[in-house]
Amino acid sequence: MTKSELIAELATANPHLRGADVELIVATIFDEISEALARGERVELRGFGAFTVKRRDARTGRNPRTGESVAVDEKAVPFFKAGKELRERVNLGGARRPAAERVTG
Amino acid sequence: MGTVTRAHLAETIYAQVGLSRNESAELLETVLERMSATLESGESVKISGFGTFSVRQKGRRIGRNPKTGQEVPILPRRVLVFRPSHVLKSRANGLTPEAGDDGHGGDE
Repeated sequence: MTKSELIAELATANPHLRGADVELIVATIFDEISEALARGERVELRGFGAFTVKRRDARTGRNPRTGESVAVDEKAVPFFKAGKELRERVNLGGARRPAAERVTG
Repeated sequence: MGTVTRAHLAETIYAQVGLSRNESAELLETVLERMSATLESGESVKISGFGTFSVRQKGRRIGRNPKTGQEVPILPRRVLVFRPSHVLKSRANGLTPEAGDDGHGGDE
């Protein structure tokens, strides 16, 4: 599923909303999460998961093609950890009935 | 440093879009639920400019209880992985997306 498919599904489920508003809602959610991470803050959505920024120390890396040493600066990496509920759903989604047979809701 | 929660995101939707607070919260929930259901079915969720959530199948392996050293079988399972887009990586490093010219032009 892509962002545009997500927007299309949301628009179909909410015919009273204008298409532009549905787009804005989806954009707002991901922008807001990105901005929080840019400020170094954590975003916690219970049941879904948490977005955090992890610091990686400076290190000496290697160009895998030439074997040459290169200095890699300290950097921040966005990280997502699935919440308990989502983690269990993803894991059981494969083991049990096919997803199509299940009633979501 | 603060933590952003559902309430903050719903409030931002309320402020940006002008829907009621209630409906803003409901729509946020719908978005998270659609994403969760897609991942549950094993399909990836690709959000351009943000990142990709995908499901990876892990095989059976022998693990160890770190406390007792006892061997325990870890059953095959499916795990969720998130790969941030280069835009999000740049923003996390305080760069504007344009400045993050790391050569990975993967986002539309």
